[in-house]
Amino acid sequence: MRANKSFIFISIVMGVILQIIPMPPPMDLYRPDWLLLILLYWAMALPNRVNVGVAGIAGLILDILYGTALGVHSFALAVPVYLMSANYQRLRNYSMLQQAVMVLVLSALYHLIVYWLVYLITGIEFSWVFMWPCLASMILWPWLFWLLRKFRRNLRVT
Amino acid sequence: MNEVFARGPSLLTRLCIVLMLSVGAMVIDTKVENLSTLRTYLTSLVSPLQYIADLPGALLDWSASSLTSRQKMLEENSRLTNQITLMNEKLQRFVVLEDENNNLRELLDAPVREGMYRMIAELMAVDNNPYSHQIVINKGAIHDVYKGQPVLDDTGVVGQIVEVGTTNSRVLLISDITHAIPVRVSRNNIRMIVNGGGSLNELSLNHIVHSGDIQEGDLLISSGLGNIFPAGYPVATITNIVRDESLPFASITAKPSAQLDRIKYLLLLWPPDIAPVDALSPSDELTREGS
Repeated sequence: MRANKSFIFISIVMGVILQIIPMPPPMDLYRPDWLLLILLYWAMALPNRVNVGVAGIAGLILDILYGTALGVHSFALAVPVYLMSANYQRLRNYSMLQQAVMVLVLSALYHLIVYWLVYLITGIEFSWVFMWPCLASMILWPWLFWLLRKFRRNLRVT
Repeated sequence: MNEVFARGPSLLTRLCIVLMLSVGAMVIDTKVENLSTLRTYLTSLVSPLQYIADLPGALLDWSASSLTSRQKMLEENSRLTNQITLMNEKLQRFVVLEDENNNLRELLDAPVREGMYRMIAELMAVDNNPYSHQIVINKGAIHDVYKGQPVLDDTGVVGQIVEVGTTNSRVLLISDITHAIPVRVSRNNIRMIVNGGGSLNELSLNHIVHSGDIQEGDLLISSGLGNIFPAGYPVATITNIVRDESLPFASITAKPSAQLDRIKYLLLLWPPDIAPVDALSPSDELTREGS
């Protein structure tokens, strides 16, 4: 039981590490939102375990690692995770393609919130480059979903 | 499903709590100035994650360096030896010039420029959010790094320290949109301010009148005003000047002297009154050891 619950924790830590792992600059533009995807998966699969609160804490850690103002990423992660866990029963029944499209929308929302908050704090200009990760996230979603579900079933995480 | 009936506060309440807390954190973080100790503590707390994320890259580096052929090493060695010889020749002339300059300054009763303490730091991580240009280096509070410290590389000014952790710290690059550095043109000492533009190899100069004596190819060096960057280090070269008379000011862009996209080793500078233990003192000469 204890070991199974810790898998959620490990996967979230892995998500944070994948967000900050160095990548070659041209590929960096397409870095998928690992942390958001993992949080979305857990919010859909186990909404009683992973929720807005966990998203807030994970976002705060991301803020410290990214050097952005504290609270930017916790704000931006909490909103999509809220939408996911409020509609988890519907989203579970969607086909994989529909889910991926929903992930695209949620990821776009996440990036727009981050952009908007950073714009309020420091003032930056919008560029479509900021939105490339949404597409990468959409493409990654089916594989990540399959992987995490396999782990969740094998380890009986509840 | 034993959790049909949710426990605790409802989802919307939780969302509101999280959002209010994050807004509060943002306001406190951006408006309150003296939070840097808290930030230091938090940065140190999560630095293990940074080290883990750095591990694959470090492993690749290590394997690349331990698998290079003997031939390559010899080639590199001879190249570096040549470089040191050439540098030393320049340095010999520079020492004489520096003495001469100091003598002249003494004659003029101007204060003699003191050397700076310096330390070599290594790049640990590059920030990957496109909104800001920051990097993390492997020197921190235990090496006496302080907030606002100038950071250079072998070709020019790179940026300044904005956050200090225990063993690592965060550098704001001169290309960040929130960064500005006072400079002067080395040809005629016109003073101006170089702003970051959000792109790694383009800086911008605002509020320069059309009649200002600036040409493409002019070297901009730090002016030492503002008391953050020491005077006399190359910052950027003017690349493009558009003098459109319908606009109030000329629009000028410059290319940073330092190669901000391929940083590996950096130099931290300390003013003479702070003398860190591990740093090289101004009188130390690196090059003598090799000969």
